[in-house]
Amino acid sequence: MIPGRFEYHQPDSLAAAVGLLSELGEDARVIAGGHSLIPMMKLRLAMPEHLVDLKAIDTLKHINVADGVVRIGAMTTQAELIGSAELQLAAPIVKETSLQIADPQIRYQGTIGGNVANGDPGNDMPALMQALDASFTLHGPGGARDVKARDFYEAAYFTARDDLEILTEVSFPTCTGGYAYEKQKRKIGDYATAAAAVLLTKAADGSCSHAAIALTNLADTPVFCDAASTHLMQSGVSADSIAHAVQSCISDIEPVEDNRGPAEFKKHAAAIILKRSLETAWSRA
Amino acid sequence: MTKETITLTVNGQTVETRAEPRELLIHVLREQLEITGPHIGCETSHCGACTVDIDGRSVKSCTMFAIQAQGAEITTIEGLGNPDKLHVLQEKFKEHHGLQCGFCTPGMITRAHRLLKENPNPTEEEVRMGIAGNLCRCTGYQNIVKSIMAAAAELNQPETAA
Repeated sequence: MIPGRFEYHQPDSLAAAVGLLSELGEDARVIAGGHSLIPMMKLRLAMPEHLVDLKAIDTLKHINVADGVVRIGAMTTQAELIGSAELQLAAPIVKETSLQIADPQIRYQGTIGGNVANGDPGNDMPALMQALDASFTLHGPGGARDVKARDFYEAAYFTARDDLEILTEVSFPTCTGGYAYEKQKRKIGDYATAAAAVLLTKAADGSCSHAAIALTNLADTPVFCDAASTHLMQSGVSADSIAHAVQSCISDIEPVEDNRGPAEFKKHAAAIILKRSLETAWSRA
Repeated sequence: MTKETITLTVNGQTVETRAEPRELLIHVLREQLEITGPHIGCETSHCGACTVDIDGRSVKSCTMFAIQAQGAEITTIEGLGNPDKLHVLQEKFKEHHGLQCGFCTPGMITRAHRLLKENPNPTEEEVRMGIAGNLCRCTGYQNIVKSIMAAAAELNQPETAA
């Protein structure tokens, strides 16, 4: 499989990359780890005339934790997320999720920026970012702006990012309560049949002071389950409230039939992983 | 589009070649540099037969453009051992019947090499997760895992005087 012809650019600063995108316009695509884009180019489902590779921009590679906020540069790889002791302390759910993405080779290349910016409903990071209430920083010709992960996804492969913008950083509050990322997949390397990111914080009196649930690959965007999260905070965590929350989440999703199974099966799988992830998160809270 | 000059260090040797930006690393390695250890299996980033080591990371060379490896240090199965002096992993794959048809073996061993560098004393579970990006269509995983565990054990033995 040979991709179509393109011209390759490797700017060494963010300003240069933004300038290139503005100059080249819609004929250009940004490439990060390349493990979504290159397969599409090999199939010629993507035929950009210019590739702007972000790999040489060092300011996009960092994991910083300060003042209760985690900031991760877009070109940080999943392997680097897994290996970061600082991140493990600040938000252990990131490692748990990253380890369930694809396989080791792909995690050395795949980046957090590419995973969240691509808009593929099968990507795992978008739901995680919605659960964490993350913000994405976008740099374009007009400067920088932040968009909430919960507002970023419009439809499959359609996001709030403008074509001339580059997603440069994700940031979210540190998160040390109970957590779980549970993913049902046919085999290692596959996208989720159903996956859930869950955060639950237990207050000193045993009530649930914070809850956030978001789902992967069960609609054409990640799904943040607002009603279910609110329900757990209002009624506390019990077998009854978990059952109620699971039903509420299932009513939020719109899975479609594909080679992972019919929609009804996906709802069934989603209910199982939701129950499991809520119980696991609460046991760790 | 014109060809560009690409400089790589492959198995310790600096080589210069010319390739179009759209040429994948696996094709440049095999067809231009005649390094045919890394295999083309699925071409869809699944099978891991094309795995090479780039700057200390295991990479599926069918999912990287050669130009992206500009300046990189690449190790392939050819750089790990040779018929006169096999790498410990090669020895152990031979000893424990870690290969049947052999097609996945260069990728398996190149991946296992990096795995053992990062985790010299892995559990069986860690080995299985560590080679999860490499498929064996003979389904000989049992012996592949055994071979990697045996290589780890040998590499961990304290050096003894000959």
